[in-house]
Amino acid sequence: MKILVIAEAQGKEIRHASRSAITLAKNAAAAANGEIEIAIIGDDIEAAATAASAYAPTFTLSDASLANATADRYGAAIAKIVEQRGASLVIAASTSQGKDCVARAAASLGGTMVTDAIACENRDGKLVWQRTMHAGGVAAWVVAHGSPVVVTALQSAYEPAEPTGETSVTALEIDVASLPSAIQFESVSTKQSDRPDVTEAAVVISGGRAFKTAEDYEQLIGGLADKVGGGTGSSRAAVDAGIAPNENQVGQTGKIIAPDLYLGIGISGAVQHLAGMKNSKIIAAINTDDEAPLLDYADFALIADAYDAIPELIDKL
Amino acid sequence: MKILVPTKRVPDPDQPIHLNADKTATDLDGIPCIINPFDAIALEEALRIREEERSPAGSDIEIVAVSIGPQACEKEIRIALAMGADRAVHVITDAYIDSWVASNLLKAVADQEQPGLILMGKQAIDADNNQAGQFLANHLNWPQATFASEISFEGDRVKVARETDAGIENVSMALPAVITTDLRLNEPRYASLPAIMKAKRRPVDTHTPADLGVDIEPKVEIISMETLSAKRNCVRVSNVDELIVKLKEAGAL
Repeated sequence: MKILVIAEAQGKEIRHASRSAITLAKNAAAAANGEIEIAIIGDDIEAAATAASAYAPTFTLSDASLANATADRYGAAIAKIVEQRGASLVIAASTSQGKDCVARAAASLGGTMVTDAIACENRDGKLVWQRTMHAGGVAAWVVAHGSPVVVTALQSAYEPAEPTGETSVTALEIDVASLPSAIQFESVSTKQSDRPDVTEAAVVISGGRAFKTAEDYEQLIGGLADKVGGGTGSSRAAVDAGIAPNENQVGQTGKIIAPDLYLGIGISGAVQHLAGMKNSKIIAAINTDDEAPLLDYADFALIADAYDAIPELIDKL
Repeated sequence: MKILVPTKRVPDPDQPIHLNADKTATDLDGIPCIINPFDAIALEEALRIREEERSPAGSDIEIVAVSIGPQACEKEIRIALAMGADRAVHVITDAYIDSWVASNLLKAVADQEQPGLILMGKQAIDADNNQAGQFLANHLNWPQATFASEISFEGDRVKVARETDAGIENVSMALPAVITTDLRLNEPRYASLPAIMKAKRRPVDTHTPADLGVDIEPKVEIISMETLSAKRNCVRVSNVDELIVKLKEAGAL
């Protein structure tokens, strides 16, 4: 069985989430005697392709018109690559790009798609997939009919793959001019932060409505994160109140994370927030409310005011 | 312009999840259901496009809600009508419908209705697939903008701000198009009781998958389900020093 991983370039590397997808591909390859290839689409992706080839033979589709991941163009490109490589299993990361473009490709590849896979198994010669549903409240085993099967890997369920040695990089021959381009990319407002991304940080310091202003959030949550070299997260309530930036939101509709340490401060723990962080290895909570639902999901809790506890933590760490 | 708004009936997420006896599906017996919250946001946005006269070239807006599912979906369809949809289409089926089949049924309805815009939730909060909108856009060969947090029109084009991992991405595309909605787009209104009473008289066209000519064989079937509890035994620490010690002992710092 040929397994094709659709990887996303990030500068000279491939994204952490794509490395987690490679781990799922390796599990599937071990379970079903598969061989793995990687495909990367974009512009100026040579260095990232070289990095990807340390995991598996890598195929590139590079063109200036592919600089931005618009779903109609990328979707058609992915479908063409899958057909050309003859892959029967396609794996991508459950990122915004994976959900947008890879799902579009899956439709033209026959519509067999499993979102947010957390495990796979060979049962009687057929791969079956475990995925989460109901905001992480249910895990379901599913069987996918048809070929190719398209799967997105939930990043928090897989450690990023480690490189295994140099292989090859091959440019694909696909007529880029024939790809659709009805969606026009205009701009993206990227965050300006030196901190690790919340999905990639080993330690995530996360703040909720306990913070009165965006300045307080940045000074306290950001300050503590910087002290431990971690990333910053937040509840939806804090984002909606304008206290925390949008890209920090952890939850069912935000980012799903599983860091070594998740420290939730002034976060009550709504169901949809828990869906985003409950698989963290160690969960600690600081809250003035001893009854906050987050405490039921935490290993350690300190009943204290964020404004008192954080400066003390920053001082003592 | 006609706006088609698919509205899926889902169990109320604030209720505990019950599985059926053979653990292959959720048991909805006696469980209150709601319009999928992301679809309610889509419907709200359609209503605001009409009310704020944001429509392209000031055209009249007709809003048609579409629901796929058993007879019991009629309750949520009436709520969509009470919120302000002009009429509704109900594709009646008791079968398990995956995203592939849902997108094919919606394609068949779109072929009949010829909307200028399809606005729907980015995912249903029960299956959490995040597929149907992208599948539908591909079937129709229309452009798509997923995870919308802002929608505006400029001539015959629609501009969408999208919530992506990298931040807010702005795209534009010609109509017709499919847009899937994210949380921050709006806060849906509640349907008032008088509106719900009045909505009883609004027309609902009914179809079956067979009369739409759509095969309902699913691509992805559930073998088994289990509910997950992520609760832990929480140790209360009495001060910051103790917290630091515990986290260091656990290897987390």
